[in-house]
Amino acid sequence: MADGAVNLGLREPGRLFAMSLDTFRAMFRRPFYLAEAIQQAWFIAKVTIIPTMLVSIPFGAVLALQIGNLVRQLGAQSYTGSVAVLAIVREASPIVTALLVAGAAGSAICADLGARKIREEIDAMEVLGINPLQRLVVPRVVAAAFVAVFLNGLVSVVGIMGGYVFNVMLQGGTPGAYMASFAQLTQIEDLWIGEFKALLFGILAALVASYKGLTAGGGPKGVGDAVNQTVVITFMLLFAVNFVITAIYGQLVPAKGM
Amino acid sequence: MGVEIRVDGLTKAFGRQVIWEDVSLTLPSGEISVLLGPSGTGKSVFLKTLVGLLRPDAGGIWIEGQDLTRLTEHKLYEVRKLFGVLFQDGALFGSMNLYDNIAFPLREHTRKSEAAIRDNVLEKMEMVGLSGEGGKLPGEISGGMRKRAGLARALVLEPEIVLFDEPDSGLDPVRTALINQLIVDLNAKTGATFLIVTHDINTARTVPDNIGMLFRRELVMFGPREMLLSSTEPAVRQFLNARTQGPIGMSEEKDISELEAEVALGHDPGHLPPIPPQLLPSDRRLRASQHPPGEWCMANGVLPPEGSFVDDEGRDWTREWPRYVQAASLGAAGYYGPGDHR
Repeated sequence: MADGAVNLGLREPGRLFAMSLDTFRAMFRRPFYLAEAIQQAWFIAKVTIIPTMLVSIPFGAVLALQIGNLVRQLGAQSYTGSVAVLAIVREASPIVTALLVAGAAGSAICADLGARKIREEIDAMEVLGINPLQRLVVPRVVAAAFVAVFLNGLVSVVGIMGGYVFNVMLQGGTPGAYMASFAQLTQIEDLWIGEFKALLFGILAALVASYKGLTAGGGPKGVGDAVNQTVVITFMLLFAVNFVITAIYGQLVPAKGM
Repeated sequence: MGVEIRVDGLTKAFGRQVIWEDVSLTLPSGEISVLLGPSGTGKSVFLKTLVGLLRPDAGGIWIEGQDLTRLTEHKLYEVRKLFGVLFQDGALFGSMNLYDNIAFPLREHTRKSEAAIRDNVLEKMEMVGLSGEGGKLPGEISGGMRKRAGLARALVLEPEIVLFDEPDSGLDPVRTALINQLIVDLNAKTGATFLIVTHDINTARTVPDNIGMLFRRELVMFGPREMLLSSTEPAVRQFLNARTQGPIGMSEEKDISELEAEVALGHDPGHLPPIPPQLLPSDRRLRASQHPPGEWCMANGVLPPEGSFVDDEGRDWTREWPRYVQAASLGAAGYYGPGDHR
């Protein structure tokens, strides 16, 4: 099995898809390992919360700066708040969530499972009659999805706060204008779709990371390679999925008029 | 009380590389078998195929009337409960301490109370000599201890079949001797079917009831210990006696020119060394599956090499044996040990 084009192009995605189906089947089979899921959720939250906040602040600020300048040139300062909120809730939050879920949570999951794989722990578990998909992967997928939804909320809040601070304090916008236009362009569906994206990103990142971890081979270097591939593949996948969902959403939900 | 495993025409390849093909053997119920082979002949792959971790390309593995290679995943997990496997490095769960590692199968598969689990785990830990070490993490202990802990975990569900992947790798000679003794004692106590994958010839010569050898992508021979120890098959003879002369070379196998050069130099493959007596359980009570020394040679008209079945203290086990059979059938009350020449 060389790393040929067919292998990379078809077999690997096929296997990932097969594992994902098996994972969903295992998700509804008893027992559900709640303790493991809670532990994993706590772990993922621990490795993502602080970086998420630290990424969201400059992200919100950059958006505020860019939009603020543009909006001012167009003479529409009173809409600064609404545009910033729209940009952050609709696009920035899911993207930042994707970055953190893939980069921090995905790499951690992959490294953990990969290390277990090369130490033969996964084999040992299977021999002991326990399905690693059910025991290890399902709790991680559930935990990543759960945490991603909250991360998305966190990014929205911190990003909007960052945008507010930069707009009002550095660009001379008025708090009143920012607040008053807050919900003028944004609708509740924007938040729902952001949360839906985050949920999907969490699931996808955990599945890719688990797949790469469970198929790691070739000693410690193999685990390093698997982690590297996890981050790259997850980034590409999440950005592509993000685009598709946004395009469909744009067709399905009409934009709010002013 | 042990389960028979019948392997029929098993073939495994990774891509185009054939690991071994058409392997057929029967692991008799309750007996200890050893699978030998030079490094890289796929011994560990065979072991993993046997428990269904790898799917063979052809052939079947029959256990209790079921073909393991054709079971659904769900049923495979059920059948695996018959197995206990000791992996090369113990394969302990790094996030749990030794106690939790050993208790893991019980907590997952049984509804026993914590107190009952505790009794069971402590008993197994004492059996492998790990009493009082339960709180340590796998990262904090030596390789030998990890192996013994892995063994305790493999035994905690009282498996019918126990597979050992190189139980002696990375251990010093004393620890190897101790783990060999432990294996024999466990077999005497549980009567499970054992398969040991190794390339330690001392283990292979003294521990098992049966020996098999993989070489050049096939099973060269499988049969009673005495059959292989008295075999003149070049690869088997070379391997079991650790010689340089023979078909096994540094890189898998020697080519014809090398072999011809050896013959031209007049290298003698050597006479066979004596067959050592089989290791007995430490309480000197025979295992149920143990064969009398020399039985196979007698039945097949093979004259064992001179000095066979004589131990370090000069006792001839073909003569000692009947006494032990009698002692074993008398039970603990009538038991007397090897030092008691009354």
